[in-house]
Amino acid sequence: MKRSNAPIFWSLFGAGGVLSALLAPVLVYITGIGVPAGAGMPADALAYPRVLAFAQNLSGKAVLFVVIALFLWHAAHRIYHCLHDFGVHPGLATRLMLYGSALAGTAAAALLTIRL
Amino acid sequence: MTRLPYVRPMQGWWRRNPYYVRYMLMETTSVIVALYAVILLVGVWRLSQGQAAYEAWLAALRQPWAIALHGFMLLAMLYHAYTWWKVLPKTLPLIHVGGKPVPGLLLSAAGWMATLVVSAAVYATVRWGGL
Repeated sequence: MKRSNAPIFWSLFGAGGVLSALLAPVLVYITGIGVPAGAGMPADALAYPRVLAFAQNLSGKAVLFVVIALFLWHAAHRIYHCLHDFGVHPGLATRLMLYGSALAGTAAAALLTIRL
Repeated sequence: MTRLPYVRPMQGWWRRNPYYVRYMLMETTSVIVALYAVILLVGVWRLSQGQAAYEAWLAALRQPWAIALHGFMLLAMLYHAYTWWKVLPKTLPLIHVGGKPVPGLLLSAAGWMATLVVSAAVYATVRWGGL
């Protein structure tokens, strides 16, 4: 019997779901509201030298890569299954496009964080 | 002659029941998760291009519509976090401690607490920490 690939995608979905449930609200607040609107965060919290130093640090690279990659895999899997609920019955092409986007984003995040 | 089979119309099925509306809201938060990942990815890309490019990314985030969008995204992410932990007990096999099953609400509450603790830790690190 051919082995199913479902557990791989489900695990990535689950891991991304846990990570985004833990981190997405506070990250969206910091980068999208706190710093840009000066609401509860100093404006220099995301200053270039500080963020660059973070992104050049090995653990900083890992955080950025894992957050971007797992968020993308979580979303790709969930959107794929959600399309069915909306009455759109996605075929293989849609699935390849969704997971392909997540893969491309993962590759981009890996390349960028390694080279920083 | 064969008759056409009856296909039950499913158009708009989820709008008929608030429970299903909440389910669909929960599922579509994933679009916002993807959007935020892309915004972060663009930020990392702009960071790799140097200070001017990175600061242009920060300036774009300061646009009023960008802040409004992030306000909406924050609500969606809070709903995602809330529902993720709420349905967690349904996705796990029953966990037993001392021969008794752990109530689902306890697992959800642990998840909500984890989000609070992690959020506070990240906030404090970004605001006051060495990063």
